[in-house]
Amino acid sequence: MKPVFISGARIVDPASRTDAVGNVFVEGGVIAEIGAKAKAPQNAEIIDGAGKTLIPGLVDMRVTIGEPGAEHKETLKSAGRAAAAGGVTTMVVMPDTDPVIDDVSLVDFIKRRGEARAGVRVLPSAALTKHLDGEQMTEIGLLAEAGAVLFSNGSRPIVDSRVLRRALSYSSAFGALIAHRPEDPYLARGGVAHESALAARMGLAGIPAAAEYIFAERDCSLAEITGGRLLLDMISAARTLEPLRRAKAAGVKVHASVSVHHLTLNELELNDYRTFAKFSPPLRSEDDRQALIAGLRAGLIDVVVSGHDPRPPEEKRLPFDEAAFGASALETLLPALLSLHHNDDVPLMDLIAAVTSRPADLLSLPQGRLSVGAPADMVLLDLDAPFKFDAEKMLSKCKNSPFDARLMQGRVLRTFVGGETVYAA
Amino acid sequence: MPKSEATAQGDTALAPAVVRHRHLLSIDDLTRFEAEALIARAETFIPLVEGRAKKKTDTLRGRTLINLFFENSTRTQSSFELAGKRMGADVVNMSVKSSSVAKGETLMDTAATLNAMAPDLLVVRHGASGAARLLARKVDCSVINAGDGTHEHPTQALLDALTMKRALGRVEGLTVAICGDVLHSRVARSNVRLLSLLGANVRLIAPPTLLPAGVRDWGADVFTSMKAGLPGADVVMMLRIQLERMQGGFVPSQREFFWFYGLDAEKLALTGKDTLVMHPGPMNRGIEIDSAVADDKAVSLIERQVRMGVALRMAVLEALAAHASNEGAAA
Repeated sequence: MKPVFISGARIVDPASRTDAVGNVFVEGGVIAEIGAKAKAPQNAEIIDGAGKTLIPGLVDMRVTIGEPGAEHKETLKSAGRAAAAGGVTTMVVMPDTDPVIDDVSLVDFIKRRGEARAGVRVLPSAALTKHLDGEQMTEIGLLAEAGAVLFSNGSRPIVDSRVLRRALSYSSAFGALIAHRPEDPYLARGGVAHESALAARMGLAGIPAAAEYIFAERDCSLAEITGGRLLLDMISAARTLEPLRRAKAAGVKVHASVSVHHLTLNELELNDYRTFAKFSPPLRSEDDRQALIAGLRAGLIDVVVSGHDPRPPEEKRLPFDEAAFGASALETLLPALLSLHHNDDVPLMDLIAAVTSRPADLLSLPQGRLSVGAPADMVLLDLDAPFKFDAEKMLSKCKNSPFDARLMQGRVLRTFVGGETVYAA
Repeated sequence: MPKSEATAQGDTALAPAVVRHRHLLSIDDLTRFEAEALIARAETFIPLVEGRAKKKTDTLRGRTLINLFFENSTRTQSSFELAGKRMGADVVNMSVKSSSVAKGETLMDTAATLNAMAPDLLVVRHGASGAARLLARKVDCSVINAGDGTHEHPTQALLDALTMKRALGRVEGLTVAICGDVLHSRVARSNVRLLSLLGANVRLIAPPTLLPAGVRDWGADVFTSMKAGLPGADVVMMLRIQLERMQGGFVPSQREFFWFYGLDAEKLALTGKDTLVMHPGPMNRGIEIDSAVADDKAVSLIERQVRMGVALRMAVLEALAAHASNEGAAA
């Protein structure tokens, strides 16, 4: 692998709160030198970074793939290509595949398969309960030793509070991070949209915000009594921030993620019964969206995820009630997130932190930062370049994006994983 | 707490130990002096139970001991039976199957019935915490708790302390790591109380799901990994875990439990010293303890615990019987 020297780029590194023009020298897969004084060695490939921005590669904590079991939707290879194009250099893949990733050998399978085929880094998350049945906890210790970085019940919340309590308690011996979707499945049952006047007018069954914040209250309380590490996975409602704020203030080890869609879109997207805007949790009101942005700005929300959930046309081109939830999102995570920068909603540093150093720190990963010795996972981008997003050109196997034909700003020029170029525009 | 071991061992061991209470329901019923006196007295019975002296005394001749076992326990029941018989007592064994409890009689009815038989000593094992205390309130004889639910098993703790004292010469100052299902263990509760009373440093090691609420106030150091909790331990005491606890409720699986919390030679080496291994039995081999460790005569005290059990229970029966006869004389 040829050493790489990037000169004169704007370096934005949230881990060190650096935002300055400088050079970066990469050798042997890691960042060897960084700063204004770094000099170009003779044998290196020299990249002119003038006018461009260099950020750490994105760490996406919530990527659903179809491998194993639904390879027609997405494979590790196709997701890897989409990720590289989107500046995502580390994907944490969800366990709700077929079979469910609830066994040591399956964690090993995902790890090895990811290494061989994805191009970007693939980190398996493991099921929190066997078969995601919400009843019996998995072998959290052995799965963590095998390489599972996160434990999640996918999109199936655990209803039995005692099961979640024991899982949070047991996992605390291993310092494992539990990601749990706070949603009362009974309150949410049958719902397809945010419960509101709009949904009512449209004749769509609602999913009340209470379905989320009631479980968020419960989950924060369980984290408190057990000492476990909890990530409230993909929150969507303003009121969910209340238990989160209280728990954090009390020193409970609770964190929260939000999908980029819930930061940038609201329920009005549903106006034409556009199924590409059908999400779980649902896109909520503008007030909710503004509260989530404020929560991100305040550091209350730690992490932004793509929530990548590829769905083929046969699952999306259906009447709204029947269509699947979710969007293909690896390629739009960064430009959609950057709209919050261009609109002056959230400072650039905090936005980048939420997709790089913060997820990396939650998962105890060395990447997600631009510092000497760190893996050279980096994205070179043109922060301001405008473009019209064309979903047909997506590299993901599924093109179901709510951002199709939308004007966006911020283009990935080149993506590096361990110093190697995995995507170049 | 005075260092009273020497006193307790010395001259008093030649006479029966004296205890204030009529019953032995909890370690909390004992002072340090009483516990040490029982252990010292038990030591004098060891030659007898090991067949190195004549096998019987007649201290309890004419006394009646009833073993009332609502839960099966071959080991504890026969240990009390032998202890009673070696001291000349008349021993009656009642197990749940042969008693009228199976026919719907309540614990209180049983107590009244037994009381009418006027035994001197009643040894009771029951699945419910507090059952021994309930019985003790209703009968006129001495009651010995041989295990009540997840509460206490005081004679097990006493025999464990006796075993440690014989093997290592002392209990005070020893570091004892108690590992496994602390949550459901009466043995752990009695041992934490007794070993702390006797001046040992007690550690508890268990997955967080098998630690009771408030365990950090027990006076023991609490760990959730063997790696953190074992270094420096003089004794490792493994607890029995019920197999049904390991189906995803408290612990994900047997293999995960053994991998992280089962005692094998590798984990035993974490202590960094010559450490002795104990287990109250019956063992789940390959789950909480590896056979190679359990059967290693150089480190395992497990067989010795059983022998010590008879001697210790002789001392307890003798002490409580003496108590009963004093009362009888006073009446």
